[in-house]
Amino acid sequence: MANQKIKHRLAKDKLMLWTICIFATLTAVPLFAILGEVLLRGYSQLSWSFFTEPTPTAYKAMKAIEAGEPIPGGIANGIVGTMIILSMAVVVAVPVGILCGTFLAENRKKRFAKIVSYLTDLVQGIPSVIIGIITYIWIVVPMKGYSAIAGSVALCIMMLPLIIRSTEETLKILPASLKEAGLALGGNKARVMMKVQLPAAFGGIFTGVLLAISRVIGETAPLMFTALGCSFIRWSINKPISAVPLLIWEFFNDPHLQELIWGASLFLLIFVLTLNLTAKYLAKKWNQ
Amino acid sequence: MNDKLYRTILFIAALTIPIVCGGVVYALITDAYDAFEHFGFFRFLTSSEWSYTEGAEQYGALPFITGTLLTTLLALLFCIPFSLPVAFFVGEYFKGSRVASILSTVTDLLAGIPSIIYGLWGFYTLRPVIITLNISPQGSGILTASLVLAIMIVPYAASLSAEFIKMVPNDLKESAYSLGATRAEVVRKIIFPVAGSGIFSSYILAIGRALGETMTVTMLIGNTNNIPTSITSTGNSMASIIANQFGEADGLRLSSLIAIGLILFLITAVINMIGKMMIKRARIS
Repeated sequence: MANQKIKHRLAKDKLMLWTICIFATLTAVPLFAILGEVLLRGYSQLSWSFFTEPTPTAYKAMKAIEAGEPIPGGIANGIVGTMIILSMAVVVAVPVGILCGTFLAENRKKRFAKIVSYLTDLVQGIPSVIIGIITYIWIVVPMKGYSAIAGSVALCIMMLPLIIRSTEETLKILPASLKEAGLALGGNKARVMMKVQLPAAFGGIFTGVLLAISRVIGETAPLMFTALGCSFIRWSINKPISAVPLLIWEFFNDPHLQELIWGASLFLLIFVLTLNLTAKYLAKKWNQ
Repeated sequence: MNDKLYRTILFIAALTIPIVCGGVVYALITDAYDAFEHFGFFRFLTSSEWSYTEGAEQYGALPFITGTLLTTLLALLFCIPFSLPVAFFVGEYFKGSRVASILSTVTDLLAGIPSIIYGLWGFYTLRPVIITLNISPQGSGILTASLVLAIMIVPYAASLSAEFIKMVPNDLKESAYSLGATRAEVVRKIIFPVAGSGIFSSYILAIGRALGETMTVTMLIGNTNNIPTSITSTGNSMASIIANQFGEADGLRLSSLIAIGLILFLITAVINMIGKMMIKRARIS
């Protein structure tokens, strides 16, 4: 009788172990399913013209499909647009984010810093489509038109909380002796921050910036009502501009351009996951 | 640079965040005001009409609030049987081992995939499956959107839960083992009660993510403007109606969409606040 009960308990224990192992492993399935599908359907599009030519018209693509040729053109308009929007966003978000994070790390106990810290969480939680609405109201309406600037403002708002947090966290875990040693040598606070603390925190901040970029580079919703999209390669910052995720959104349902969209997704996915893994690798390396 | 200048610069940089927040709230409220004034706040929330016939415009948020709540709850339901095992796998059973770090990298990568690619994958891979299984004729709908949404929030729920499971003190577990408990019993009777509030809060934050998710839902929910009658029917979430119609809207419709945005903003802000507070409390105890 007692034996039976123990057997029963042990069986339950085993069952639990196996259930956890099986379901945990199943979680990996979607990742490989998505990677596999994007890779299989997208790789045939990756050619020189994919990176140098803008998206073709649906008519051209249809003709090519009928003739059994690969779809002409590429996603260069999206790549150029993403680069312009993203670089403007990074140029603003990185210094402002680092300064704000430094403020939070320096004034931990002040009331205002606590409020800012709390609001940073709030901004981080704003759904991306609302960031799009806000930027539309703030930038697109007064400027009377969609533009690359509006797109980068939206991405900048999304990046800020991530950079602020990583700066703050990294500065917080630096040993206090570092700062004290700097101050003891006669440097003032600003000098110690610039020459000692920030350089020591570089690793953490850098990985934070990489992660922030990988977060926003695939964002579509904030760009839909700000950058809008554009069918040719454009280098100006005050006109509508395309971006890689915007192209996917625009053509995902178009039977003629489907293949091109898988190529664009593959490109985006490789970019995002590489950034992600690099950031994780660097974080691990610098932590040791 | 002297200290005063340094402090001023930091202070100005820190001001950007309150300014952004204030600007968000101010812009949403002023632009949503028209809709609320025209329809009345409560009628706007409870009306299920969405018609833009000139002269007889009628807008209400109820179908989209229902759509958002339904997709989020279903996604949560589908996500639990996977995120909980991942959390226990990483945080308890294989804590610190190589397989655990591989699994957490996998979930991190899942979190990194852009939502538009989830949408594309759902549209071309999952939707045909739903059609062949005869669950719904058009393939898209609340169910399809929630399934993909569930995959997207697994990483958030799992990584945070694992953190709390890891923090359960060893002496508690060891004393249970010394009384003859099996591992399953330790999990159920020690780890679960101790880490429970932390695990719960991680699901609250996952809900916060799911509520505002836009592209995936927009591509998979079917985009119809009525209240969904079953989980296989099509619908629209608050985020997806904005994504679908904002570009072409003006006047009262634009204002109504912004009003929906305001409601969505408030809901996510409250959910996130509750989640953050619970996490703080769970960390202290």
